[in-house]
This record gives sequence, C-alpha cells and structure tokens, in this order.
Amino acid sequence: MATIAFLRNTWRGLTSMRTALILLFLLALAALPGALLPQRLTASDKVAKYFEDNPNLAPVLDRMGLFNVFGSVWFSAIYVLLFISLVGCLVPRTAEYFKQMRAKPVLTPRNLARLPHHAESTVDSPAADVVAAARERLRGWRTDVRVEDDGSHTISAEKGFLREAGNLVFHFALMGMLVAIALGKMFGFEGQVIIHSGDAQGFCNSGIYAYDSFRPGLRVDGTELKPFCMRVDSFEATFLRNGQADSFHAKVSYQDADDLETGAWRQAGLEVNHPLRLAGGTVYLLGHGYSPRFTVTFPDGQKRTEATQWQTMNTVTLLSQGATKFDPPGVTDPEKRRTGQLAVTGLFAPTAAFEGTLMTSVFPDLRDPAVAVDVMRGDLGNESGKGQSIFEIDKSMVDSGRLKKVARQNLRIGEEIALDDGTRIRFDGVGRWVGVQVGYDPGRLGVLIAGVLVLLGLGASLSIKRRRVWLRATPAPEGAESARTVVEVGGLARTDQAGYGEEFTTLAADLLRPGKER
Amino acid sequence: MVNSNLATFSDWSFNSALAIYLVVLVLHAAEYGFTRNPDRKRELVGAGGPEIAPDLGSTITQGRTLPERLGRTAVALTVLAAGLHAVSLLLRGLATQRVPWGNMYEFGSAICLVAVVSWLVVLRKHDVRHIGAFVVLPMLLLLFVAGKLLYVEAAPLMPALRSYWITIHVSAAILASGVFLVSGVASLLYLIRLPHEANPERFAGMGPKLPTSAALDRLSYRLTVFAFPIFTFGIIAGAIWAESAWGRYWGWDPKETVSFISWVIYAGYLHARATAGWRGSRSAWVNVLGFATMIFNLFFVNLVTTGLHSYAGV
Repeated sequence: MATIAFLRNTWRGLTSMRTALILLFLLALAALPGALLPQRLTASDKVAKYFEDNPNLAPVLDRMGLFNVFGSVWFSAIYVLLFISLVGCLVPRTAEYFKQMRAKPVLTPRNLARLPHHAESTVDSPAADVVAAARERLRGWRTDVRVEDDGSHTISAEKGFLREAGNLVFHFALMGMLVAIALGKMFGFEGQVIIHSGDAQGFCNSGIYAYDSFRPGLRVDGTELKPFCMRVDSFEATFLRNGQADSFHAKVSYQDADDLETGAWRQAGLEVNHPLRLAGGTVYLLGHGYSPRFTVTFPDGQKRTEATQWQTMNTVTLLSQGATKFDPPGVTDPEKRRTGQLAVTGLFAPTAAFEGTLMTSVFPDLRDPAVAVDVMRGDLGNESGKGQSIFEIDKSMVDSGRLKKVARQNLRIGEEIALDDGTRIRFDGVGRWVGVQVGYDPGRLGVLIAGVLVLLGLGASLSIKRRRVWLRATPAPEGAESARTVVEVGGLARTDQAGYGEEFTTLAADLLRPGKER
Repeated sequence: MVNSNLATFSDWSFNSALAIYLVVLVLHAAEYGFTRNPDRKRELVGAGGPEIAPDLGSTITQGRTLPERLGRTAVALTVLAAGLHAVSLLLRGLATQRVPWGNMYEFGSAICLVAVVSWLVVLRKHDVRHIGAFVVLPMLLLLFVAGKLLYVEAAPLMPALRSYWITIHVSAAILASGVFLVSGVASLLYLIRLPHEANPERFAGMGPKLPTSAALDRLSYRLTVFAFPIFTFGIIAGAIWAESAWGRYWGWDPKETVSFISWVIYAGYLHARATAGWRGSRSAWVNVLGFATMIFNLFFVNLVTTGLHSYAGV
C-alpha cells in the first residue's frame, strides 16, 4: 500500500504545474552552457583550444558533459521528465475537454449582479421574446435556454472552447515534434565531401567510404543509402570590389533513383540557399576553394599531373594551403619508391601580392594566382599505416629526416622549378573545388508539420478567450401597472479578464434592447 | 550597386531621430519629475484597495498642468522621431536594394522602431504616458549602441543572407524583440510598484507615481502574449531557412541555443502567471529574465561567440 501511495504521490508531484514550471526553467538553465562554452557538435576545434587554454578546468567540465550539453544525460533527463509531466497533464485535460464539449452551459447564477460584468434594464417585450432575440444575437455561442420556477426565462451562453483545443494542440504538437526529431536522429545521416569542378568521376552516394566525413544516425550503418551520383561541371564565384562574396553558382549533373539504370544525367544549379533535393538526400553547397595543378616531369621524361584541393585559410582573401603529392612513376622497388616521393607544399594566393619573397593574397578571385611552395623529397610516410591529411605532409617524416626540403620558390602560372636531379615541377593552372554536404533526415517533414501545429495551437490558445454570458428576463409581478420585463445580463471571463469588458459592453447593449434587433 | 546619396540621407534621418528621441527623454523625465506625488493621505487610503489609481496631473482643473503639457509635447515629438526613424530604415533599404536589416546596426535600429511604435500603440489605450521616460531610456540606449558603436556603411548582403527568408525570419525576430522590450519595462516597473502597494514605505519616491500593479501586470502580459507567437514563428521560419541554407533545421548554433532559452523562459512566464505561488513578482521576474536573454542573444552571441549567425557583421 505504501508503495502505491508513494508512486501516486510521485506521479501527482511530477505532473503538477509547479513541477513542470521548475523543469522548464531547468531546461533553460541547462541549455545555457551550450551557448557559453564551445560545443563538440558545432565547434570541435574551439573545444580543443579551450582544453589547451584551460588544462585544469577543461577535463572537469568535460566529465560533466559541458562540451556536449545537448547529448548529455542530464539534459536528456530534464526534457524527458518534462515531457512525462506534460503527458500526465495533457491526458486528463483532454478527457476533461471532451466531457465539457458535450456538457450544457452551466445554470444561470441566482444573483447576476455579483458577476464581474453586469448590466440591467427594463423593456416592454415579454420575457420569452427577449430570450428568443438574445438567442439570435448569441449565434455562434453555445446556449441553453431554461424557464425557472418563478417564470423567469434565462439563457446561459458560453464561447471560446477553441482556446483549450489550441492549448492541447500546442502541447501535443510539441510532443510530436520531439518524436519526429528523434526519428531523424535515428534514421538520418549527414556527410560531407569535396568535389572537383570538371571531375568526370564526380561523387556517388553509394556508401560511407565515398564521403570525406560522415555522421550516421543511431540506426544507420551506411549499407542502405539510396544511391545517387553527381558531378560538378563548373563553378563560378563573383565578388564585389571590396572582396565581399557576391554569388556562388555550381552547375551540376546528377543521376537520381531511376536515372542510374537508364544512365541519363540531369542538369541543375546548386547555390547557397538553393539545395538540390534528391531521393537519397539533400545536397547543399557549403564551401569552395582552389586546387593548384602541378605537372612533374621526371628525369626519364615521364610526366605526372595532380590537382589536389588546398584548404582555405583566410575566408576573405581565400589564401589557401595544402600539399600536392607525387609518386615516382614506373618504380617498383618499394625502397626506391619511398626515397623518391615528392610533395609540393605551401601557400596558394588567387591574387598574389609580394613583400620581398613573402606572398599574401589580396583578393579572393583568380586575378593573379601564384604559389609559394617548398618541394619535399623522400618518404611521404604513405605506408606508415597512419592516416594522412590530404592538406599536409607528415611532419614526423620531416623530423626524422626521411623527407627533405629540396627547393623553395614562388611560382606564377607556367613557371617551373628545376630540381638537382633534373626533375622539373611546373605550376600549370588552378582548378576549383566545392564542398557539399549531403543530408538525409526522414523526420524533417514531421518536424515541419509539428511546427505549424505548434504555431496554430499557440495562436488559438493565446488569442481566443473563454467567456460566459447569462441573461435573465423576469416578467413584472402580476398586478403591476405595465407588463414590463426586467432584463439582467451578467458576464464572466473564464481565463484572462483583460479584454472581455469591451465585448461585454457591446453585447449587453444589444441584449438589453431586443427591440432594436428586429 | 549602393546608392550613396540615399545612404547619406538615411544616416541624416537616423541622427535626427536620435536627437529628437533625446529631447523626448528629457521632456518625459521632466514630466515625471514635475508630477506631484499624490498626497500622503490619499495614498494611504489607496494602499488598502488597489482600485484607487493616483489621478495624476489632473488635480488642477483649470487647463492643462505643466507635466501634462510636457508629456503631450514628448508624445508628439516621439511620433515625429519615429517617422524619421522609419524613413532612415526605408532609405537604407532603397539605397542597398534589399531589406534594411542585414547587419547589427540595421537590426538594432529596427528593433527600436518596433519598440517605439508599440509604445505609441500602448499609449492609445492605456493611461501610462507619464512613465514614458522608462520606455524611451532603454530604447534610446539600444539605438545609440546600434547607431554609434555598431554602425556599418550601406552594403549589399552576402550570398548566405540572400533569400526571401531574411524578410520573414528576421522581421519576426525584430517585431518580437521590440514588443518584448516594452513588456520587460512594464514588468520592471511592476516590480517596483508591487512592494510599494504592500508597504508604502518601500519605493516611496517612485512607487506612488507609477500605474497600479494590476495595470502594469496586464500591460506586460498582453504585450508578451502578442510577441510570443511572433517569436515562435520567427524561430520556426529560421529553422526552415537553416534547413535550406545550412543543411539542417536545428544545430544548436549559439544563436539558436539562446533563442531556445528565451523561448523556454517566455513559455515559463505564460505558465507562471497561471500557477499558484508564481503569480505576481515571480512571474514578472521571469518576464524580465526573458528580455535579458534576448539582449544577451543580440550582443553576446553576435559579438563574442562565433557561430553561423555571427557573420551578420558589425
């Protein structure tokens, strides 16, 4: 028995408005560190920096989950409790609402003069006519006409039931939104990939391996992606004179769903704010950059051309850095291969300016492209088993002396570097790459619908007022000189008092002068 | 691309509006200062029953009193300044061929305009003119910060902002913020008036001149009830825009996070007013806290943290 009492009390406590309110404020408080501290979800680089700057504090905060607030146990606990509390509140309220929908408006109070709104007058029409006219005037209200024992006719009217309906819709829609969000988190994914403009191979959404980075939902293993392919045919960026970006436009070809079997390619434009919506996911244009193209002519006359994407360092001038790597061709001896690998690494400027030999970029567009590069020769460490960044050379190879700098030079397009062994490296030109994100979220539409319902419910519950009005028409006592009827009107706002006064005044004026209506 | 003539005229209108608002502030302050405290006797009687509102300024029946004349002039000047203020935004829009809320200067200025207009609307229905200084002061501070510290030259929008959603999403944020400001001021004044009504010794200087706590509470509630759905709509519109611009409808970007916090707090305010033990000063504090988070979102998130919204540019 004690357990049941305890459970019942806990349930009552949890579903009380006061608890809900506390949980609401806890939710706001719990979200605050998400804005004050860098979050892994959105700024993992800043989290790393925070660790560097605060080596003692950061691990403590980390253990409390403060760098991943929205994935933390305590944040989830608060909103789960809040929604349980909500369910406990909504279920009885919904039942109550349907009961009230069917119920008749309440009896007319004995003394209407005691209500917050009251008016009275005396008219010539008989009581029954007054009530009939009032009923006509109160069209749209739920009304109930009664005749009391003393012969008075009363009408009891109520309006504003949609307020509670809106209230319920708002809260149920919030729960629906949570479910839809959870659905998206389970079965959705998000992947990023860089595609070179003009690359005939392009990108195919055929598996996780095709992406540079991939964030799967909890129930996604990457084996059931709906495939599509796309390539970037051209990319154009325009800039204002001050260097501010003006527009980005990528012309893409893609194959979605059935196209993959027929082999047909469709054309589309991809822009910021204008994603490409395909069956397998939505493709967004997130960024762009340059990939300088180098041709290496080896001493034996063989040529190799590479254009790897370089990483944008400065988002205004698009000064970029990177490393373009080459394997000596036709060398089968692994030992020899490892000593003859080349890397061209350094800076790229779309519009170069020099201070002595120091190069910077002064404009983001390709006006006067140049590179300032080191040529490294030796072992790039590709076979070390360690993952390599495509933007950098492996520093440990340099430190251990297995990769050596053999030249440093600034190059404009067409210029070349000659190495001591006769190898020549020419800067051929510049390609462009675009960074796209592919997102798939099956809960998206549900969230949108829930959002619209939240708004509609909120609007109804805040703008509609639940109010009551009563009218009592009492015939003059028998034997009175004239057959006049005393009419009394009383009003009560069930929710917020504000604003009912004006409506009641006009309503009462109409009800008290039934003659004017006809 | 930018019409610099129109941009210059816009700046002139802005500065004129700022100057006139300053005069308005002085006039309202003088109106408030010269208003006589309802005399001690009446006040003590009034403290028992909240129905007796101090009948300000009309104790002298012959013509208009000095405070009343000052107040009326202030309101007339407010209308003039609001007109110039609106013109400055309109010219900015025409000069740049885009909506005039593309950076923090324009955004802040637009919020202030909404606050002024909602104040003028409040004045039509509520007899609260004599507290004008308390509304104009924070508005003017915000306007000054926007216009003098965060000013930027008229320029076109960056590509990420070029979407019709900027019209929808940002205007909803502006509208809600401006109305929340006036609501927050009403709640702050309520927090002074309420203890004074309970004990006339407290806030004896300011208390008697303020509208009744019931009137202030009603005012702040109605303004928040008006602004909250607009704010909700603004967040939803932002999520729809984010879905097409950034590839997700919600990503806990700092601006999104603080908007969420504000939304939860304002939702808490609406619930608190209907919860036993939370009515009165507690719910008023919640409303004030809500506006504090809006301000925090405007300044801290845009100027200190870097997120996807920070490019709004200073």
